[in-house]
Amino acid sequence: MKLLFEYPDHGKTLSILPELDTPMAEIPDVIRRKSPLRLPNISENELSRHFAELESQTFGVCDGFYPLGSCTMKYNPKINDEMASLKGFTDIHPLQPVSTVQGALEMMYTLERSLCEITGMDDITLQPAAGAHGEFTGILLIKAYHEKNGDTDRTEIIVPVSAHGTNPATAAMAGYKAVNAPVRDDGCVDLEALKKLVGPKTAGLMLTNPNTVGLFEKDILEISKLIHDAGGLLYYDGANLNPVMGIVRPGDMGFDVVHLNLHKTFSTPHGGGGPGSGPVGCKKLLSEFLPVPRIVKKDGSYDFDFDKEYSIGKVRSFYGNFLVNVKALSYILTLGAKGIREAAEGSVINANYMRKSLDDLYDMAYPDICMHEFVMTLERQKKEKGVSAMDFAKTMLDYRMHPPTMYFPLCVKEALMVEPTETESKQSLDEAIAVYRKIYEDVMADPEYAAKAPHKTPITRVDEVGAARNPRLRFEF
Amino acid sequence: MGSYIPNSKQETEEMLRFLGLNHVDELFESIPESVKIKGLLNLPEGKSEMELRCVMGGMAEKNTVFKTVLRGAGVYNHYIPSIVKSIVSKERFITAYTPYQPEISQGILQAIFEYQSIICELTHMDASNASVYDGASAAAEAVAMCTDRRKKVLVSETAKPDSIAAIKTYSKAAGRQVVMIPSKNGVSDIDALSENLQDAACFYVEMPNFNGIIEDYEAYSSLLHEAGAKHIMGVNPISLALLKTPDELGADIAVGEGQPLGMGMNFGGPHVGFMAAKSDMVRKLPGRIVGETTDRNGKRAYVLTLQAREQHIRREKASSNICSNQALCALTAVAYVGAMGSLGLTELARQCYYKAHYAARELEKAGLEMLYPEKPFFHEFITKAPRDTDKLMEALAQEGILGGLPMEEGILWCFTEMVSKQEIGKLCAIVRKVG
Repeated sequence: MKLLFEYPDHGKTLSILPELDTPMAEIPDVIRRKSPLRLPNISENELSRHFAELESQTFGVCDGFYPLGSCTMKYNPKINDEMASLKGFTDIHPLQPVSTVQGALEMMYTLERSLCEITGMDDITLQPAAGAHGEFTGILLIKAYHEKNGDTDRTEIIVPVSAHGTNPATAAMAGYKAVNAPVRDDGCVDLEALKKLVGPKTAGLMLTNPNTVGLFEKDILEISKLIHDAGGLLYYDGANLNPVMGIVRPGDMGFDVVHLNLHKTFSTPHGGGGPGSGPVGCKKLLSEFLPVPRIVKKDGSYDFDFDKEYSIGKVRSFYGNFLVNVKALSYILTLGAKGIREAAEGSVINANYMRKSLDDLYDMAYPDICMHEFVMTLERQKKEKGVSAMDFAKTMLDYRMHPPTMYFPLCVKEALMVEPTETESKQSLDEAIAVYRKIYEDVMADPEYAAKAPHKTPITRVDEVGAARNPRLRFEF
Repeated sequence: MGSYIPNSKQETEEMLRFLGLNHVDELFESIPESVKIKGLLNLPEGKSEMELRCVMGGMAEKNTVFKTVLRGAGVYNHYIPSIVKSIVSKERFITAYTPYQPEISQGILQAIFEYQSIICELTHMDASNASVYDGASAAAEAVAMCTDRRKKVLVSETAKPDSIAAIKTYSKAAGRQVVMIPSKNGVSDIDALSENLQDAACFYVEMPNFNGIIEDYEAYSSLLHEAGAKHIMGVNPISLALLKTPDELGADIAVGEGQPLGMGMNFGGPHVGFMAAKSDMVRKLPGRIVGETTDRNGKRAYVLTLQAREQHIRREKASSNICSNQALCALTAVAYVGAMGSLGLTELARQCYYKAHYAARELEKAGLEMLYPEKPFFHEFITKAPRDTDKLMEALAQEGILGGLPMEEGILWCFTEMVSKQEIGKLCAIVRKVG
C-alpha cells in the first residue's frame, strides 16, 4: 500500500475553503515558519481510495469472530454511533454557558447515576479517557484519602501477579510501590500468601474480578475484610465487568473504588485503539477527592461544581470523552435492567459452551466453569511438537478470525485467552469451534507449516526485532 | 429492550444442557450468594431504537448550537471536510481493536504511521508516538519524560488552565515539584524563569499561550539548555502551518491538542493528544509507537514497536501506564491533513490569522480595547472587558453568536475560517450597541 506521502503532489488544494473575505495583515518574519511543510496535496478521489485500501486491511468486529480475551469485542450497535453524531452533541463548545448545555449535562448525569447503580458506587466521574486513565484516577483517590487521614506510611499497592500490566504501572505512576501477590493453582489470589503481604504499609489492593483467567475470585469477601481490617482500600479493575453486570456489584463485594471500560462492557467501539472512556466510581468516603468539575442537579437543572477543596484536580481537559459517553448511555438505555443481566449471562454461557466444546483437544489452564473467558495453554504442544501459542494464533488468521489474546496472563504458559462475548450466536460459535478443532489437527500434523502461518493474509509475520533495533517511526523524504 | 443476543431461548437451553446445567444461575455459583443482586438492577426497562432516538435526541435538542462561535480557549470551531467524515465512519476503523495482529491490521498501523509522520512534519520533530488522550494529558506525560533525575518542573502560568491542572495532578502523584512561572504582560516572566532554573528538569509553555499570544520561545530555549533543562512546548497544530516550529524554536518535546485537525468541538472530547520529541528522547515517549519493518518476504510492513517501554512488558517499571491511543482521532487527523494538504493547511492558518487580526482592529474601532496591543497573536486575543460582559454575551447569544470567553482580565476572542467578514460586522454592531 502506498503511503499518503507517496502520491504525486498535484500542487493544488481541494476546494474546501472559500476565498479570504477580510483584508490581510502583516505576519512578522520573526514568528514565521522557515522549514518547508512537506504534506502531500492529493485529489479527493485518491484520498477516498487510499482509505478504502487501508480499511480493507483492517479487521473489525464486522469481519468475523473476534474473541480477544479481556477486550470484550462485542457487537457495536450503530444507533449509538448515530446518537453520538447528533449536532446537539458534536457542535457544542465545552466552555459554553451551562444554561445552553443542559442536555449535555443531563446526559452525563444520567450516565453517572446509571453506572453508580450498576457498580453499587455512590459517586462517579466520567473524566478519565480510558481504562488505564481510570486506574490512575482511582488510585489517586485512595492516595488522597490516606493523605487526608495523615496515614502517609501506606506506601504499597498490592497487585496479583495475574493482573494486567497497567495495574502495577499505575501504582508506580501514583508514587506507590507495587507489591505482587501470588496466585494459587486454581487461578485465584492466594489468600494465605496475601495475609502475609497485608499490613500497615498497605494503601490498597487492585483486583480484577472476574480475574484475568476468567474466574470469579470466590474469596472476595475474605479478601475485602483482610484489606479493610488493615486500613487499606479495595480497587476494582472493571476490565471484566461484562459477565457480572446485573448479577453482582463491586460495591456490594466490598470494593471502594472502581473503574469501568465503557469501550468494552458498554459496547462503545474500540476505534482501533481508542477513544475509549474509563469512568471511576467510588463509595462516599472517597467522593470528596473526585476530579473537578462535578455535575450537580438542583431544582431540576444541572450545573458544574468546581469548588472541591480535596479534589485530586484534573486528569485531562474538560469532562472526558463526552461522545463516547453518549454511546454508552445509549447502550444502557437500550438494554435496560433486564438486557444488562441477559448480556452478562449470555457472555458466560457462550464462553462455557466454547470451553467445553474444546476441552477434549485443548488443555484448559483451569478446568472449572469460567465466567466470560477461558484460558487455554499450549505448553504440552510446545513440548511435544515445538508449536507455540503464536503458531496457533497465526494459523487462525488464515480462517479470517481474530486470534484470542496471546501470552496473557503471564502466570499461564503458552496462553491463549478466549472471550467470545454474548453477541455471537450458537451457530457462529459452532463454526469457530469447528475451525479451532481443524486448526488443532493441522498444526499438530504440520508444525512447520504452522510456524510460517499466516499464509493467506496481505503480509506474513513481521520482523519485530528489526523494527525495534532500527526504529523507522516516520516517513523519510 | 434488547441485549443484542442472537440466540433464541431454545438455543440457550440447548447450550445449557450441553454444559450439563438446568439453569443459567448454576454458572454463577462461585459468587457468594449473600452479595448477589436479588432481582434486577434499579434501571428503566430497555428501549427500542425508535424510543432511544427520542430520548437521546431530546437531550441533544436541549443544547444550543451556536451559528457563530467566537470562543476557543483550547477547543476550536473549524470546518470539517465531508471526505473526513466519510473516512472516519468506516465500520472497520470504528470497531477494530488495538492492532496487535499486524498481518490483519496493516490498515490501522499504516494510518498511525502516517499520523506520526504528519505530526513530525508539523512540529519538525524527529519522532511522534501514536497519540495519547488529549492535549492536557500529553503535557503531563511530556513532563514525566524529563524527570528521571531532576524533580523540579517549571510551568508557565500562561498555559491553558487544564494543561496546568493535569501537569499538577500527574506531578504530585509521582512526587515532582511544580513551580509556576508567573505571567508578566501576557507572557511568561523570563526573569522568574531564570531565577528558577537551578535543578529544573523542564519548562512547559504554550504557543499560542492561553492569552492567544506568541511568546519569545527562543529566549527560553537558550536559558533552559544552558541550565541542562528540557524545553516542552504545547502547540496548536494548525498554527504550525504558519508559525515557527517547536524545532526551530529550540524545543525538545512538542505536544498539543489535535482537535483542530478535523475533530468537532464535541463538548470537549474525544479529541487527541499528540507528542513528538527530538531523537535523543524517543525511547522516553510513552504509549504506542508504530514502526516500519518488513515481513518474511521482505514486503514493507508496519508494527507496534519499542514495546520494551510499555506497561505490558515493564509493568511497574514502565514509563507510563497508558496502553491505548486515540486511534480513531489520529486517523481523523490523517484524513483531515490529507484533505487539506500543505496548501490548504497553510491557507487555513493564514485565514485564521488574517480574520483574527481584522476582527481585533474592528473591535477596537467598536470601542473594545486590546489587553496586550503590542504582542503578536495567531487567532485569539484578549480585549479588556466592556461595561457589562454578561449583557454583551446575552445580546450576542440572541443573534446566534457564542461570544469570546469571559475571563478575569477581559474577554478571550477566537476567529477561525468559519467566521465571515459579515459576521465580524454584526459582532461589532452589537458591541457598539451594548458595550
